[in-house]
Amino acid sequence: MDQYIDIKVRVWRQAGPKAQGHFETYELKHVFQGASFLEMIDILNEQLVAEHKDPVTYDHDCREGICGMCSMYVNGHPHGPDSAITTCQLHMRKFKDGETITVEPWRSRAFPVIKDLMVDRGAYDKIMQAGGFVSVNTGGVPDANAIPIPKPVADEAMDAASCIGCGACAAACKNGSAMLFVAAKVSQLALLPQGKIEAAARAKAMVAKMDELGFGNCTNTGACAAECPKSVSLANIARLNREFLCAKFQD
Amino acid sequence: MATKKEDIKEAAVKAAKKVAVKAAKAAVEAAEVVVEKAAKAMKEAATPVITPEMAKIPEGPLELKWTNYKNHQKLVNPANKRRLDVIVVGTGLAGASAAASLAEMGFNVLNFCIQDSPRRAHSIAAQGGINAAKNYQNDGDSVYRLYYDTIKGGDYRAREANVYRLAEVSNNIIDQCVAQGVPFAREYGGLLDNRSFGGAQVSRTFYAKGQTGQQLLLGAYSALSRQIGKGKVKMYTRYEMLDIVLIPDENGEKRARGIIARNLVTGRIERFFAHAVVVGSGGYGNTFFLSTNAMASNGSAAMQMYRHGALFANPCYAQIHPTCIPKHGDFQSKLTLMSESLRNDGRIWVPKKLEDAKRLQAGEIKGRDIPEEDRDYYLERRYPAFGNLVPRDVASRAAKERCDKGYGVNNTGLAVFLDFSEAIQRLGKDVVAQKYGNLFQMYEKIVDENPYENPMMIFPAIHYTMANFSDHGANRLGASALMQGLADGYFVLPYTIQNYLSDQIGVPRMSTDLPEFAEAEKAVQDKIDKLMAIQGKRSVDSIHKELGLIMWDFVGMGRTAEGLKEGIKKIDAIKKEFWTNVYIPGTADHLNNELEKALRLADFIEIGRLMAVDALHREESCGGHFREEYQTPEGEALRQDDKFSYVGCWKYMGEDQEPQLIKEPLDYEFTERKTRNYKS
Ligand SMILES: Cc1cc2nc3c(=O)[nH]c(=O)nc-3n(C[C@H](O)[C@H](O)[C@H](O)COP(=O)(O)OP(=O)(O)OC[C@H]3O[C@@H](n4cnc5c(N)ncnc54)[C@H](O)[C@@H]3O)c2cc1C
Ligand code: SF4
Ligand code: FES
Repeated sequence: MDQYIDIKVRVWRQAGPKAQGHFETYELKHVFQGASFLEMIDILNEQLVAEHKDPVTYDHDCREGICGMCSMYVNGHPHGPDSAITTCQLHMRKFKDGETITVEPWRSRAFPVIKDLMVDRGAYDKIMQAGGFVSVNTGGVPDANAIPIPKPVADEAMDAASCIGCGACAAACKNGSAMLFVAAKVSQLALLPQGKIEAAARAKAMVAKMDELGFGNCTNTGACAAECPKSVSLANIARLNREFLCAKFQD
Repeated sequence: MATKKEDIKEAAVKAAKKVAVKAAKAAVEAAEVVVEKAAKAMKEAATPVITPEMAKIPEGPLELKWTNYKNHQKLVNPANKRRLDVIVVGTGLAGASAAASLAEMGFNVLNFCIQDSPRRAHSIAAQGGINAAKNYQNDGDSVYRLYYDTIKGGDYRAREANVYRLAEVSNNIIDQCVAQGVPFAREYGGLLDNRSFGGAQVSRTFYAKGQTGQQLLLGAYSALSRQIGKGKVKMYTRYEMLDIVLIPDENGEKRARGIIARNLVTGRIERFFAHAVVVGSGGYGNTFFLSTNAMASNGSAAMQMYRHGALFANPCYAQIHPTCIPKHGDFQSKLTLMSESLRNDGRIWVPKKLEDAKRLQAGEIKGRDIPEEDRDYYLERRYPAFGNLVPRDVASRAAKERCDKGYGVNNTGLAVFLDFSEAIQRLGKDVVAQKYGNLFQMYEKIVDENPYENPMMIFPAIHYTMANFSDHGANRLGASALMQGLADGYFVLPYTIQNYLSDQIGVPRMSTDLPEFAEAEKAVQDKIDKLMAIQGKRSVDSIHKELGLIMWDFVGMGRTAEGLKEGIKKIDAIKKEFWTNVYIPGTADHLNNELEKALRLADFIEIGRLMAVDALHREESCGGHFREEYQTPEGEALRQDDKFSYVGCWKYMGEDQEPQLIKEPLDYEFTERKTRNYKS
């Protein structure tokens, strides 16, 4: 049964991209365990506003685990200690009375801090712009049932496509690699006949962009998949490597 | 008298041509665009009306209207498209598909969104599916049947021509999405799978697990990304539009020529020019504070257009979704939707006996402890033909009716069961898990209870606002909003915008130093300064929560004249409280979330009032608008077709002035109006 708990929250505060950051600890009393983690931060912010202090800036929007906007390292894990969920789906029942909870922004060279817990993930959009699409214009496409796709293939593509672009994979990786994110999109489109045609070129363009933007190399530590809120599988990275090799051969 | 009437009509038709703001579905729908001067001329008339020619509904039989329009509309040649700039506000299904398609055609597009990436617009959260009249299941579906179901589902309060167009292009959408690589669910033979949604007796809903909106939006986002990469779209993330800029052309017609937007990271107010402005800014269910919408979903762009003369149509139609996770505390920030698709296999019930309900409320027993014969499957009982798949408004009201009578099943008494035990027996746990697994997981994370073992608890919540730009009349059927967003962006706007811009090819890019830009920016700056100067005692959220409670209690599921009048008084009091006692920390020239929320709340208060005013005037019950005074003896909605068969459009008359009602009669030429019947 959910109880009321008293906690301390140790939060990273940083006024701006170039400012020096530091941890600040706040006490919160009587927090209901049925509240979500972000609702707990809301309560903290209401408290700060009441004291005429600057509330904690953080990214969030859908609050149901699908938009990929919320981030935060909670107690050393991207999206917190629970598995296969985003921070907005984390609930206070995962924490104990008297606990001190440490909250930090994504830490990755390619994701600079904007303020407090908010970071700039524009690099992920840039990778997508480099090739994360099928080159088709609106209109003049064949009937949706013109090309049958075996169910297992469609299902596998769907699993890869479930990536929410949150950035936890790069944030979790000691090398700061974005491989899982890139692999998810490359895999989804390489599996489907509609995307197969451009598969090798796509892999090459997206990986080149990833390198250019300052993400690190993948050394197969698997930390990304372990922390991914959508359980995107490492098998996708293997498929990306195959497509990438293919592109190399074609050169 | 006769001459006066003629005069008014002439003035009105003339005025309707003076289109200023181009909203997402622009050219064919004048109800959504600025009708400059029309109101001035119409003031003398007792009931101003919008005629079909003003609404620019194309001629001809229903099936040919859209084709006729396409055949006779004006086009813009490729060289000229390059000279024209279009601002698209929003990157949801409507905005992203429009921005991508316009850029592919050759226009220069400036695209804006509040989130840090266009991929995060709230369309991403749609779970269930998207409708199309493909008839792949060979179960008798057709464009006409989809059209008919939508008109009926909307309780005969939508325009026939628009709905038909929507049904007509629905099939193209599915083709387009598959070509983009959207991984829709498939059958073992490799063809696309369908499921059923509320309000239909055919299987026409396409889906991608429980993440259809995500996959469709990522499809549109990929098309958009491609155009950003090519430099045809300039993307502005973390920007919020704060006003629209109107500039008169050589004929004195005011046209939308740009926007004023705030860079949410730096706090800077910036000016942007374009030859046309398209707005797809999503729903404003957050007027109720608690809703299924995202935290940044808002109604400010709609209000900006309204204040510049655009008519606000049907604000009272708000959809309450029957299957949301019940509220659990005062700190709650949003409500989570459980997809309507769950009603395909889940059965909704409450106990038959009041004493069982009491014991559930006290936490002494669980749903599974109540034997089959003591369960009241009230939807199956009341609506044998549609059962658990009745439309949302019907299902929501039925849940409220049971809970009002004391049969609620949780500690607040505000919940009913959605039970999968029969489906698990029939299909096996694996099949159920494959179909709904992610939804079950979501439920368990929030409620901390396993829905495979104990029935889920659900309750209605504010979900979708049908006003303004929507083709759904008084109520929207499931899986039709995704269809609408993409229909407009991919297949309607690319045509209508050319018609709108065809006489604009000679218009050069304008400087943002023009006085109209300067004035608009100053007005925005003054409003911000005023808010920052209040320095009162209340946080933005505390006032917003209060507004939400008033909306739910007085402008919610069961409305009465008395309650609405009371609600309006309370909303006026909230407005006063907000403008004298809100406290916003920090400064306006930096990142400031509290200021962002305050600007949105200022508009939610106005929208809330407009909803109440419209609801008070509409003395009938239809779809998402239920007036308790107007119901049949069995408690079903009672329409008053002789009096209210029109679109209620509201014209802004100035700060703190009552808005003026303008009617667009809905003449049903092609469809016979019936009482909605989901019983047989
Ligand atoms: C939880 C949920 C589930 C749903 N499930 C289904 C379903 O199964 N089937 C179905 O058909 N429909 C469903 N719907 C409805 C459907 O998802 C929405 O109606 C539709 O996606 C809205 O799309 P949109 O493009 O209009 O708005 P949104 O996707 O909300 O996008 C709004 C965009 O406008 C931007 N914006 C807003 N204001 C400003 C501003 N002032 N300045 C700059 N940018 C601004 C935002 O940043 C965002 O990019 C669901 C809705 C919800 C909430
Ligand atoms: S792969 Fe997983 S962790 Fe990485 S961005 Fe996608 S959802 Fe987030
Ligand atoms: S807020 Fe959308 S995923 Fe967390």
